[in-house]
Amino acid sequence: MSETVAIIDYGSGNLRSAEKAFARAGAEAGLSTKIVVTSDADTVRAADRIVLPGVGAFGDCARGLRALDGMTDALEDAVERDGKPFFGICVGMHLMARQGFEHGVHEGLGWVDGDVKALSPNDASLKIPHMGWNTIELTEAGCKHPVTRVLSGEDHAYFVHSYQMELEDKDALLGFTEYGGPVTAIVGTDTKIGTQFHPEKSQAVGLKLITAFLEWRP
Amino acid sequence: MLKSRIIPCLDVKDGRVVKGVNFVDLVDAGDPVEQARVYDAAGADELTFLDITASSDKRDILLDVVQRTAEQCFMPLTVGGGVRGADDVRKLLLAGADKVSLMTAAVKNPPVISELAEKFGSQCIVVAVDAKKVAPGRWEVFTHGGRTPTGLDAIAYAQQAAALGAGEILLTSMDRDGTREGFDIELTSRIADSISVPVIASGGVGTLDHLVEGVRDGHATAVLAASIFHFGDYTIAEAKAHMKTAGVAVRETVG
Repeated sequence: MSETVAIIDYGSGNLRSAEKAFARAGAEAGLSTKIVVTSDADTVRAADRIVLPGVGAFGDCARGLRALDGMTDALEDAVERDGKPFFGICVGMHLMARQGFEHGVHEGLGWVDGDVKALSPNDASLKIPHMGWNTIELTEAGCKHPVTRVLSGEDHAYFVHSYQMELEDKDALLGFTEYGGPVTAIVGTDTKIGTQFHPEKSQAVGLKLITAFLEWRP
Repeated sequence: MLKSRIIPCLDVKDGRVVKGVNFVDLVDAGDPVEQARVYDAAGADELTFLDITASSDKRDILLDVVQRTAEQCFMPLTVGGGVRGADDVRKLLLAGADKVSLMTAAVKNPPVISELAEKFGSQCIVVAVDAKKVAPGRWEVFTHGGRTPTGLDAIAYAQQAAALGAGEILLTSMDRDGTREGFDIELTSRIADSISVPVIASGGVGTLDHLVEGVRDGHATAVLAASIFHFGDYTIAEAKAHMKTAGVAVRETVG
């Protein structure tokens, strides 16, 4: 049976990149996945899987998401209540947190026990944003998680960010990267996953992770 | 750890890549879409697409070409040329660009940098600085492909651009561009050491040692080159292997 993946369009970022990466990953894996880019709450509620991309600032993105009629309710229903697989990317991952401290304090979706704060590498010569390809180290939970376990220690992903999610709930940490100290790279729960990096821009590694998400049956 | 990036640059004029190309497996050597496909498969870390005559022709960038190029990229794509304001940035992002490079518009009106950085995030606003040496230790910003002097000091301007919210500086030495003599290391390090955002070194790469120098001596976080890759002198994999041997951490690419 064909599945529908809803990529939420809330006026943020490189939706086209996300769309074509999910379409290509699905096609290469032989899945008959239908990708829909949408700002309609009912379409999200009816989808089988949900992707929240995001580029920009936390506050702008949170406002953009809440400005869509019924969208946060639809997300709560589909993701929290019905347990449909969810993938948050970059700021889409940040929005899973309780709060974001980027240009003020903003409410997130509160799905992960953590807050989004400015990167503060312990080496002053390191540039901000943290931009480029970095390696991902999986935690014990990450090695077991059905989506992230496809990654290996040699894999690089593309990061571009100045803020990161600081987790209270350490069990939600699936992977981290090093940039003047550990930086949260992947968070996840039984039905949700979020990456700080951009899988849609991470060539073969990104496509591998997206495929694992599309094949995930939590 | 974070790796140094190698970025091939497509200089596009009238929808075709100029500066010549010599890939063996290209169907159409001057087609940016074909080149993007090959560079993506070769494991380039990013791709930069510059519509080099958009500003001087006073026209909009070729959106359809950008869109078709982006279709081939599963790596970050930076697009520049004739970008004036928020409408242009939005159109490029929708066409598939991940970052947008500003030059002439930012020189004419620096506050546009902060306006765009606030709207789209610093991470997607690259400010391109084309600099020419005018005296020992002094470089001036030029626009329109090095034809128009601006009177601006390149180091002060790069600092201003970073302070206004540029997420990255694409620094090109107009003295070195196309010479294959190597980056202007003094200029690159002076700017990289004085700002907190990443600097992409550009202009002058002729050998793989030049790429190493850009990172090791110029303190750039990424190196950009056109001719050495387009003409087939070196592959992306050879460039990375050379940098690794020289002690520069890179993302080694498969195949």
